[in-house]
Amino acid sequence: MKVNSSLQTTITEKSERGSIRDGFGKALAELGATNEQIVAVSADLTESTRLNYFQEAFPKRFVQVGVAEQNLIGVSAGLALAGKIPFAASFAVFSPGRSWDQVRVSVCYSNLNVKIIGGHAGLTVGPDGATHQALEDIAITRVLPNITVIVPCDENQTAAATKAIAKHVGPCYLRLSRAKPVKITTLDTPFEIGKAQLLKEGSDITFVATGIMVEHALLAAQELQAKHNVSVEVINMHTIKPLDTQALLTTAKKTGTVITIEEHQKIGGLGSSVAEFLSQEYPVPMQIIGIQDTFGESGDADDLMEKYGLTVQEIVNQAKQKLHIS
Amino acid sequence: MSNTVTNHNSLENPTYPQTDLTLQDLAYRATQIRKAILHMLLKAGSGHTAGPLGMTDVFTALYFAIAKHNPKDPDWRDRDRILVSNGHICPVWYATLSAAGYFPESELATFRAINSRLQGHPHLGSLPGVENTGGPLGQGLSQAAGIAKAFKIDGSRQRVYVVTSDGEHQEGQTWEAYMFAGAHRLNNLTVLIDRNNIQIDGYTEDIMPLQPFKTKLEAFRWNVLDIDGHNLEAIIDACHQAQATQEQPTAIICNTIPGKGVEFMQDLPEWHGKVATKDETKSALQQLRTLEGNIICES
Repeated sequence: MKVNSSLQTTITEKSERGSIRDGFGKALAELGATNEQIVAVSADLTESTRLNYFQEAFPKRFVQVGVAEQNLIGVSAGLALAGKIPFAASFAVFSPGRSWDQVRVSVCYSNLNVKIIGGHAGLTVGPDGATHQALEDIAITRVLPNITVIVPCDENQTAAATKAIAKHVGPCYLRLSRAKPVKITTLDTPFEIGKAQLLKEGSDITFVATGIMVEHALLAAQELQAKHNVSVEVINMHTIKPLDTQALLTTAKKTGTVITIEEHQKIGGLGSSVAEFLSQEYPVPMQIIGIQDTFGESGDADDLMEKYGLTVQEIVNQAKQKLHIS
Repeated sequence: MSNTVTNHNSLENPTYPQTDLTLQDLAYRATQIRKAILHMLLKAGSGHTAGPLGMTDVFTALYFAIAKHNPKDPDWRDRDRILVSNGHICPVWYATLSAAGYFPESELATFRAINSRLQGHPHLGSLPGVENTGGPLGQGLSQAAGIAKAFKIDGSRQRVYVVTSDGEHQEGQTWEAYMFAGAHRLNNLTVLIDRNNIQIDGYTEDIMPLQPFKTKLEAFRWNVLDIDGHNLEAIIDACHQAQATQEQPTAIICNTIPGKGVEFMQDLPEWHGKVATKDETKSALQQLRTLEGNIICES
């Protein structure tokens, strides 16, 4: 694995930011022009999930189900049964949250070509509070057979992932954030489902991050290099399932220590997934950074990330502890 | 253009519906299907008895006299779709599919056994003719509405039929789907409701009443018909009426007798989820023999 030359891995205050959901919505509208089978299915969150771009361009292929997430997934299963490629979008707490049984039975067990889009995932939803902060969605999707689970790290990668899941035949879950993280990938960066992205080579320790935490991981690596001369390898694990076990094996053998970083419960998320593999195939010291078995609360997104320990400083501290640096 | 087009020949001539069948022919097939159900349940040793026997006439009418389909080409692109939401009544689905020619009747003996294509609840992809995965109640109407919506988007004249149970109307998702289909004017969608008045814990109206059932469905913008679910002529007429209805999907409340055809099973909730012993099956089959051809005469 090599660091792709298109990546922008040096993050400064001037780094350009972009909206993850815009990346999704615009890419879907683009896809609609070339693939007639694509339909968008909305549960009363058309603008919030950015399905509005598709709705405006292809009103006949836009399906409104109202505030009914179980039916959202059931109808999408039916659309897929008739050969359509439905993109069913809501907030992650509602779908796959409320719609989990429909995802399990109507979509995954039937192995239908339904794309489940879970928007506004994670703590960074902010003021809406814990009811609306999906911190369990990776766990409840990745446990299901047949499904592909993807958490893109920025706007460009979200667009690339949207196009990739449209091509992939089978159930997919795409976890999106309301945040506007730094653009680490560019329009030229390749994206392949199930192939992790090496962002920075290193030799002392590996950070495996997903979603908006990839930016934090790169910043922590920069600080560790500058202040403590620690060489960090950084991997963007955009696909949680199927997990790129080869990339994990290679990096674990190289650095011998792995820290995983996610905006999700520690239970059942990226960290669990990595631990399930490494503990059985190549055990190395590991640390999982995520939400510690608790619900979130209302607040500014940055304040919440600080309070619940999802900061660059926390990653730096955990790395120092693992490497016995004072 | 390409050689692959040839397997869509059935497009011109689907095997079903068979328009030359008399009601007596259909009643005979229904009785044969009931016998097959009792045999497969006896062999399986577990499963549901009342629902399958109660819905046999509806399945017979749908598969032989109503829907366009071809067992020799189960994935024929232009076929009508028949889905089953209350997957636990799959013995009648499997027995009917087999009778229509989707797979050999001998395979019915493998129902619920390991390595069988005949899963305890229907699984899409396991068996030709099975159009949806069902079992966990309340999901089938949404699936059917999604297919009907896709047909509308494509301007296709194909129709979608979905069988549901009365008890599963206690699931909220069912009403989400009714709302959707009514609002989207899916007149290519027909739901056939097994109104047998029983569920696992007892009589439906005692557990969680559905009445006024017809009024509720009409309030969701559906065309609603209320028929005798054992009168083959009435079932066929209702489906034709659904086909002629503009702007609205149609719900056919099929009033059925659970366990129909076997006196000691009829109308008893205890037969919802159990199977007959060998002796009971023998006497049930005896009763069915005397019923041949008589079911349509009941009103």
